[in-house]
Amino acid sequence: MTGAASADTLVIGGGLVGAAVAWGLARQGEKVIVLDEGDVALRASRGNFGLVWVQSKGSDMFDYARWTRRSADLWPDFAATLTEETGISPGYHKPGGLHFCLSEEELDRVRAQNRRMHNVNDALGYGAEMLDRQQLDEIVQGLGPDVVGGSYGKHDGHASPLYLLRGLHAALTARGGRYAADARAEKVERDGDGYSVTTARGTFRAGKVVLAAGHGNTALAPQLGLDIPLRPEKGQILVTERAAPLLPMPTHLLRQTDEGTVMMGDSHEDTGYSTRSTAPVIAQIARNAVRCFPALEKLRIVRTWAAVRILTPDGAPIYQQSQTHPGVFSVNCHSGVTLAGAHALALAPMIAEGQLAPEMAAFSPERFHGQTD
Amino acid sequence: MQSCDIAVIGAGPAGLAAATTAAKLGFSTVLLDEQPAPGGQIYRGVETAGADRARILGPDYARGRELAKAFRASGATYMDGALVWNISTDLMLDVSRAGASTQIAAGSLIVATGAVERPWPLPGWTLPGVTTIGALQILLKSSGVVQEDAVLAGSGPLLWLMAAQMVDADVPPRAVVETTPRANYRAALRHLPGALRGRGYLTKGLAMIRKVRRAGVKVHTGAEDLAVEGKDAAAALRFTVKGRAHRIETGSIGLHQGVVPNQQITRLLRCDHAWDASQMCFRPVLDTDGLSSVAGIYVAGDGAGIGGAKSAVLRGEAAALAIAARSGRGDAARSGAVRAALSRDAAVRPFLEALYAPAPHVTRPADDTIVCRCEEVTAGAIREAVDLGAPGPNQVKSFLRAGMGPCQGRVCGLAVSAIIAERRGESPEQTGYYRIRPPLKPIPLSELASFTPADRAAE
Amino acid sequence: MVRRIDTGGGAPVEFTFDGRPVTAQPGDSIAAALTAAGIRDLRDSVVSGAPRGVFCMMGSCFDCLVEVDGVPNRQACMVAAEAGLVVRRQTGSVEVPV
Repeated sequence: MTGAASADTLVIGGGLVGAAVAWGLARQGEKVIVLDEGDVALRASRGNFGLVWVQSKGSDMFDYARWTRRSADLWPDFAATLTEETGISPGYHKPGGLHFCLSEEELDRVRAQNRRMHNVNDALGYGAEMLDRQQLDEIVQGLGPDVVGGSYGKHDGHASPLYLLRGLHAALTARGGRYAADARAEKVERDGDGYSVTTARGTFRAGKVVLAAGHGNTALAPQLGLDIPLRPEKGQILVTERAAPLLPMPTHLLRQTDEGTVMMGDSHEDTGYSTRSTAPVIAQIARNAVRCFPALEKLRIVRTWAAVRILTPDGAPIYQQSQTHPGVFSVNCHSGVTLAGAHALALAPMIAEGQLAPEMAAFSPERFHGQTD
Repeated sequence: MQSCDIAVIGAGPAGLAAATTAAKLGFSTVLLDEQPAPGGQIYRGVETAGADRARILGPDYARGRELAKAFRASGATYMDGALVWNISTDLMLDVSRAGASTQIAAGSLIVATGAVERPWPLPGWTLPGVTTIGALQILLKSSGVVQEDAVLAGSGPLLWLMAAQMVDADVPPRAVVETTPRANYRAALRHLPGALRGRGYLTKGLAMIRKVRRAGVKVHTGAEDLAVEGKDAAAALRFTVKGRAHRIETGSIGLHQGVVPNQQITRLLRCDHAWDASQMCFRPVLDTDGLSSVAGIYVAGDGAGIGGAKSAVLRGEAAALAIAARSGRGDAARSGAVRAALSRDAAVRPFLEALYAPAPHVTRPADDTIVCRCEEVTAGAIREAVDLGAPGPNQVKSFLRAGMGPCQGRVCGLAVSAIIAERRGESPEQTGYYRIRPPLKPIPLSELASFTPADRAAE
Repeated sequence: MVRRIDTGGGAPVEFTFDGRPVTAQPGDSIAAALTAAGIRDLRDSVVSGAPRGVFCMMGSCFDCLVEVDGVPNRQACMVAAEAGLVVRRQTGSVEVPV
């Protein structure tokens, strides 16, 4: 490619976050180009577990709880629109979700978390409900003896992260957007009223730039007056062969996909940017899964993988607009599926306006400064 | 946890030679193989095949007996029925055997997992009754079972070898449908003078073809547009020759388009791979001893690039000698002799590779043809995903589930990369290949749950 | 049809496929014995329901999956044919009794 392709907005990063924002902008009538890396890259979207999860999000930051709720509320419409525009269903279901507890300590921790969220969620009917073992048995058959109780969130659900990403790319293309792979953004510079982005596939220009490149954002941030404190956290996932339906709803540890495969995994590892599967963690996840749901032990694990979460210091997203570079935004979060509805249908319109709404100020990285003063 | 100086995976010619050499040099050696007996695919059932079978399979097959015997006497530990399902970069092997997983810590690893058949997606290739020609040969070697009225289709030495063996078994194939394009003969001619250094192979090859023709087997050459007909099972093979339509009714169709390195382990370990334009496949990047880009990991045999059984034996020995040399136990004279023998044995390869290069239609299945057999993903769907922007096989995998089934892309991988490469107008080298993840084969969750691996820092 | 050119000499064993007796020779995998008995159709694809049978015979392709003694998705080409095995054709996804 030679010369500069131009757009209203360049979205850097073609994963779930970038694609949702890009499609949302295209829906606002913008001309959008998504700049992405190649086939082998650090891609959290390919490793996503697929939960649309409300019950545990934002217990220490109510704005995050509200934002998550908003996304969950947008999801049904978001999924229907995507399916209608592309014929590709993201496989969204909202049967509610469960967190199984394997010890009294864990039960206490979850109960305390739900209590903290009482004011923000319960009052509006979004709160998770604590269930004892008997109540759990009424919802799910076949729980292991170690499950002492759990919590149930009726607004929780799940979707296929893979079909969601494919649907978003297809929908973006259908609305005249462009997806450029093998175009890793190397440099972002002011260019007249807007910006130019240098990539291996040439230079791209636009009035606005959205950084949605996951951990790739940290390298670009300083050029643009942005502060993006992120850390990597590895999560490993196991997936079984296809099985007939056996889990009525997703849980924080297990989820059965529309294909019938059962995904499992809840590891949180501080191993840098490694995406290797490791035997000790695989075995631990297998043990936890079997403790929760012994019948799974007969299924075979077909594949394991690992992905690197994009974590901010408090685990909540960072949304920001550059003070020094007007029209430059950054989106940073590890909840690419849960927040996809909000990113496409709530955040993108703000970016299209050129200004984040006042309620988004809570997500600025300024929250990490001065707290200890 | 068990430990050893050298672990060898695969009990075919390369693995047997490597393990025998290593054990004789005094290394504690463990050979792991999934089958119940040594031999790999080429020498399947070699220790037990009776006189009739040995006669049909010929002296090349019988040579496997000596290899197996030398291995049994070598002092190497043999773990049959062992599935290596994961390997960490510090050479800890996770092994499933008899329903339980254990670990083996190796000082060096020799991967000798051989070849798989090149995928040849064509309409109807998933129907019962359609097999690879390799499968037909395994049935003969391990069970003395031969399909009557089989049609053998495709290209390559194994096609003719199988046809000749079926003639010798008095169950000749119904027909041979060869897809070798006429242009290949001209291309191969250039390599004929070099190939004369390995004229033994040429003589054998010509003798096989002659035997099949003399037996009255109908041979169609230059076949295109192959498709299998059938509702619940294969019923007929359709094809065209120079535009003229043919149809042969049969319930057994063997397909073959040559063999390619089995990449599962070297991809799992993220070894560097290169596209071999002559062999039309990926192979791991190796030094002359077979050392890969990952420390301590050697590759020997057809997994290092297709060279046949004789070369496999030599490469197995070379890898073991190279490991010995690193610890001062080398035998420079023997290493030199092995290298010279390898060079002689490889002389025929450029000729064979040019002659049996797959026809263009082999790597360009029609849009409605299934490519990924496990998840039933068609060539057209793959092309659409590329048009949507998917830059390579891993994005295609995540968009379509291609390569996500139980075979983990073993069968479709090369076909998927080729389709993407063609659609994007790039070489397969640029396109790349699936990332392979553990477990290398499916493992019951119960087995993983009762597995207690050593907790080590390396990944 | 299928011809067995030699049996390797040992004593044959018997197992069942969907209740029907199948004779196997020593060294046979389940897949080899079923092939020798003229049985080609081993399962329905979990994706489309289309029939599948033996394809590679070497443990690569996972097409010859059958239920063996109640355990589904075993590779018929990788399991030795032993006396008394109860082998079944597979349809649909694996059912896990809860």
